Amino acid sequence: MMVSLGNVLFNGLAYGMLLFVISVGLSVTMGLMGFANLAHGAFAMLGGYVATTLMNRAGVPFLLTLPIAFVAVAAASFVLERVLYRRLYRAGELDQVLLTIGLVFMAVAGATYVWGPGQQPVRMPDYLTGQWTVAGIDIGVYRLFLILVGIAVTAALVLGIERTRFGAMIRAAVDNPRMAQGCGINVNRVFSLTFMAGSGLAGLGGAVGINLIGLDPGFPIKFMVYFLIVVAVGGLGSIKGSLIAALLLGVFDVGGKYYVPEVGAFIIYAVMVSLLLWRPAGLFGRR
Amino acid sequence: MVSLPAESPQASDHASRGRPVTRLERRSRWRWHEILFWLAVASCPLVVPDDLVLASQVLIAGLFALSLDLLLGYGGIVSLGHAAFFGVGAYAAGLLARHGWGEPISGLLLSGALAGLLGFALSFIIVRVRGIALLMVTLGVSLVLHEAAVKGYAVTGGDDGLQGIVLDPLLGLFPMDMWGRTAFGYSLAVAFAGFLLARRLVSSPFGLALQGMRENGRRMAAIGAPLRRHSALIYTVSAALAGVAGALLTQTTEFVSVEVLGFQRSAEVLIMLILGGAGHLYGAFIGAAVFMIVRDQLAAANPEYWFFWLGLMLVLVVLFARGGIIGGIATIAAHFRKGGSR
Repeated sequence: MMVSLGNVLFNGLAYGMLLFVISVGLSVTMGLMGFANLAHGAFAMLGGYVATTLMNRAGVPFLLTLPIAFVAVAAASFVLERVLYRRLYRAGELDQVLLTIGLVFMAVAGATYVWGPGQQPVRMPDYLTGQWTVAGIDIGVYRLFLILVGIAVTAALVLGIERTRFGAMIRAAVDNPRMAQGCGINVNRVFSLTFMAGSGLAGLGGAVGINLIGLDPGFPIKFMVYFLIVVAVGGLGSIKGSLIAALLLGVFDVGGKYYVPEVGAFIIYAVMVSLLLWRPAGLFGRR
Repeated sequence: MVSLPAESPQASDHASRGRPVTRLERRSRWRWHEILFWLAVASCPLVVPDDLVLASQVLIAGLFALSLDLLLGYGGIVSLGHAAFFGVGAYAAGLLARHGWGEPISGLLLSGALAGLLGFALSFIIVRVRGIALLMVTLGVSLVLHEAAVKGYAVTGGDDGLQGIVLDPLLGLFPMDMWGRTAFGYSLAVAFAGFLLARRLVSSPFGLALQGMRENGRRMAAIGAPLRRHSALIYTVSAALAGVAGALLTQTTEFVSVEVLGFQRSAEVLIMLILGGAGHLYGAFIGAAVFMIVRDQLAAANPEYWFFWLGLMLVLVVLFARGGIIGGIATIAAHFRKGGSR
């Protein structure tokens, strides 16, 4: 059975949007703060568990769990940033990688302890199930919702960074942290808040994406590579780059699984390596 | 005479006086605690005759960590995918044995050479990227190989692993036995040979140049050191040594699982090295021993959650004990020496 190109594109876009929502925070952390945070997937996982726990144990409606997941993960990341990450901003990426791998291991074991090793069951509300067929393409309502969330997040990020005072402070702090500090911008605080927002988005992505990519304790390791690919290929700190890289990754991953399942993720990794050789700073990264 | 970059705070006082040649000579002299270390390892069959299988695993992991130590501890090149070479060596040894080349030692050397060849080819890529791109490229290469091994079912056995590996007796005399005596002796000999090679390498002028690169690449470039050639050479040597370790694992267990190429293995070897202390050679073996023994105990106690303690250990080492176990011992020893001289 051949799957139509339209279906692949639609499903790939939905998947790509989800990858974008989760990864964009990592792009910010790695680009703006120069911090190699391999534990980003753990934030997404935490968001997912917050959402499922609220839904399954307290009966909170799905849509309401999303902002709660965002806030909870942002708060958790604030604590981690203050206690751990801050100490290693000036250290080499090796130390950062080791610290965050350690955190990933702790998160995996902790999640297994609290929520058990299996997949989390999740029931989407009725208005997000079902699908329409438009011009031969099956439009799943849930996937359409993912795309809308992705668009909303993109719009909010672009407007926030281009049009608000805080966005201007972020841009200034990234361009030249010393000068920004000299102008009276509290660069550390700007970075902290940006980090929280990025982690919160990961939590939101983890919560909203459970129905598509699942949720189990292995999540941070399973998807770490995907998030890193989005960031490295898109270019550190570039929202546009992350979006394009995430959408490409989503479409090619879904397409690859439909059309050439025997090759698997091989192509994606190979393309990433060659792309990084061609442009070590990513598609839209600054050198 | 150019002044050499200091390799560590303790050594800087040695570096400031004396010519580099005498310093190299002094560094390459065997010390009593080194001899004691290897005697202790060699006495394993007498002390822990029932745990020889674990002891061989430790030696193999230690050799693998040693290969990473050359790259990371001395060359300052970070790799998130060192399992690529370990895995290539492991599969090469397995495939050789399966297709009729059952002689272990030549199989081991061939596998190491193959991994070294891959390392040499990749070194042209590696020297071009730095920072996060370097992490991603090394990780990406190991992922490509892992995927290839999973999907190449016909050759590698895919997820089921490579079975049916039969080796000739070692040197024509010693078959692998179920208590792991031959395996232990073989692992010990290979690990010691690898260690001698690494030790010779780091106490050569090339080894000093590597440490200079690690400490300050710009200055090394300014005094005319060929950085790219040095990086490429150490990458190749490290890859070959990792391949030998992988081949050793295959030959002593007569099985290859696809996880020899996995990210987990790359992460674990990094953890062992950091735990033991990078840049000391011995840190690789000590870290491997502590890691494997702790894992053995913790995994037996609670197989699902031992990861937590591993992660915690890593976080604590990064935050509070950057020198690892060796670094800690060196600090304490220096403290006592200072106290004694007063």
